[in-house]
Amino acid sequence: MAVVPQVAAQSTSEGSPSAPTARVRLAVNGVRHELDLDTRQSLLDVLREDLGLTGTKKGCNQGACGACTILLNGRRVVSCLTLAAMHDGATVETIEGLEKNGELHPLQSAFVEHDGLQCGFCTPGQIMSAVGCIAEGHAGSPDDIRFWMSGNICRCGAYPGIVAAVADAAKRV
Amino acid sequence: MLPFTIEKVRSVEAAIAAASSGRRLIAGGTTLIDLMRDEVEQPQQLVDINALPLSEIRVDRSDLVIGALARMADVAAHPDVQRLHPMVAESLIEGASPQLRNMASIGGNLLQRVRCPYFRMLDAACNKRSPLSGCAALGGLNAGHAILGTSDHCVATHPSDVAVTLVALDATMRVVGPKGERTFLVEELFRLPGDTPHLEHTLLPGELIVEVRVPGGPVGRRGRYLKVRDRASYEFALVSAAAALDVADGVIRGARLAVGGVGTRPWRMRAVESALIGKVPDRKVFEAAARLALEGALPLSGNRYKLELLPRTIVRAFEMTGGIA
Ligand SMILES: Cc1cc2nc3c(=O)[nH]c(=O)nc-3n(C[C@H](O)[C@H](O)[C@H](O)COP(=O)(O)OP(=O)(O)OC[C@H]3O[C@@H](n4cnc5c(N)ncnc54)[C@H](O)[C@@H]3O)c2cc1C
Ligand code: SF4
Ligand code: FES
Ligand code: FES
Repeated sequence: MAVVPQVAAQSTSEGSPSAPTARVRLAVNGVRHELDLDTRQSLLDVLREDLGLTGTKKGCNQGACGACTILLNGRRVVSCLTLAAMHDGATVETIEGLEKNGELHPLQSAFVEHDGLQCGFCTPGQIMSAVGCIAEGHAGSPDDIRFWMSGNICRCGAYPGIVAAVADAAKRV
Repeated sequence: MLPFTIEKVRSVEAAIAAASSGRRLIAGGTTLIDLMRDEVEQPQQLVDINALPLSEIRVDRSDLVIGALARMADVAAHPDVQRLHPMVAESLIEGASPQLRNMASIGGNLLQRVRCPYFRMLDAACNKRSPLSGCAALGGLNAGHAILGTSDHCVATHPSDVAVTLVALDATMRVVGPKGERTFLVEELFRLPGDTPHLEHTLLPGELIVEVRVPGGPVGRRGRYLKVRDRASYEFALVSAAAALDVADGVIRGARLAVGGVGTRPWRMRAVESALIGKVPDRKVFEAAARLALEGALPLSGNRYKLELLPRTIVRAFEMTGGIA
């Protein structure tokens, strides 16, 4: 896992010497981190800029597109609309944590097999959201999947492949 | 985003003390962080209330009691909510996205702020954001705005879906503050804009929402929430209706109706309700009653279509309740 705290800490958009900070402990994809963060940093910014986990994408930064979806304490959330300083002690899973021992997660394979993407920008968010969707029991039918995955926008319109991939993976996980 | 401090409180007393000294409470953060990022909101001190024991969902006698910190997703999925008040669950699931519903609290939902685009544009006139600056929506884009309860000062709709259902069902809320606790109708939380649109709710300084209570009874069990919008899911309402009927021996004994997307606050429709009592439920009866919904309606340049859409939505919602099926 790429951890680049030094450079990244300075590159955060909100970084300024006098701003209040908070000490936050996070377990991200099974790795523990202890960080001193600007209170303004979203969980998304911390993942991308402090921990170098750029798989999680920043689309709208307003909670509207789902590109930044992660699992926070096991539940799918949009990481752009929550402050890292509110999650001391939390467990986070991102797209980087799905692959195990060189094996893709069934959802990752299903997205490849069903062409569930074109440009790929929304894909990490789609897949993390689908992990949540299947765990919640909301992937029973294509209609169910369309409704319960509607928090993830795909500008390329790869929706038919996405629905097929989630339906297929739901049978395997 | 401007700098701020954040502290976590572990007791209701500590939260009240912090809020009384001017600090801002934060729950799910899905309204507040969004607006802070745009600098529409500029609190300098935040108080994280998520560690407070206020997320319980329980049944007390036949009432449903929902803690202020219960998440939209958890309320919607709760078996007692689905059994006693399916329309509460329905209006929650029809709002926002699964991810947001995992984060957003019921208390925060009621206090969410308007979705008027000018409210978020710092260089646009907006009396709600900066009092006395004017209202850009009056002569601008206002297709999504209100036709009921508007003033020359503000025409924005209240965006919450579940608030519409709670108002229809006579739900109450319990709040605690520096001067003790109060209980009042959820409907009474919301102010009309009048000439002070920056004042949106009736909470006193330092008050914290503790819980919402939905009275039990036959009406709620048959209620439905119908949301009409520009796409099939994950969009705010153009018009919505929370409708419920209690029908016995083929006659309407009780009716409840509140509508969203058309009012500057969730809008209860008592005239429509009264017009239904004692009638045999059918489409004609619903249509005649729904016409009363337009009393006092004032369309803007871009939202005249709501005059047609509102009664139709009401009729469809009553048809969906199963009162005539
Ligand atoms: C993209 C998007 C789409 C959305 N779509 C919909 C939709 O279709 N329908 C819908 O209904 N909503 C929708 N929402 C709004 C969402 O439901 C609200 O943002 C959410 O419910 C707010 O709850 P929160 O806990 O995150 O509040 P916060 O942001 O934490 O707080 C909001 C306000 O409430 C105050 N507050 C919070 N809890 C308390 C309390 N217990 N006592 C006193 N004050 C308190 C805070 O100080 C703040 O002023 C959408 C939001 C987004 C971002
Ligand atoms: S409608 Fe209300 S929120 Fe919108 S610009 Fe006018 S005053 Fe501001
Ligand atoms: S970047 Fe978070 S929802 Fe769009
Ligand atoms: S694959 Fe391009 S946005 Fe979805």
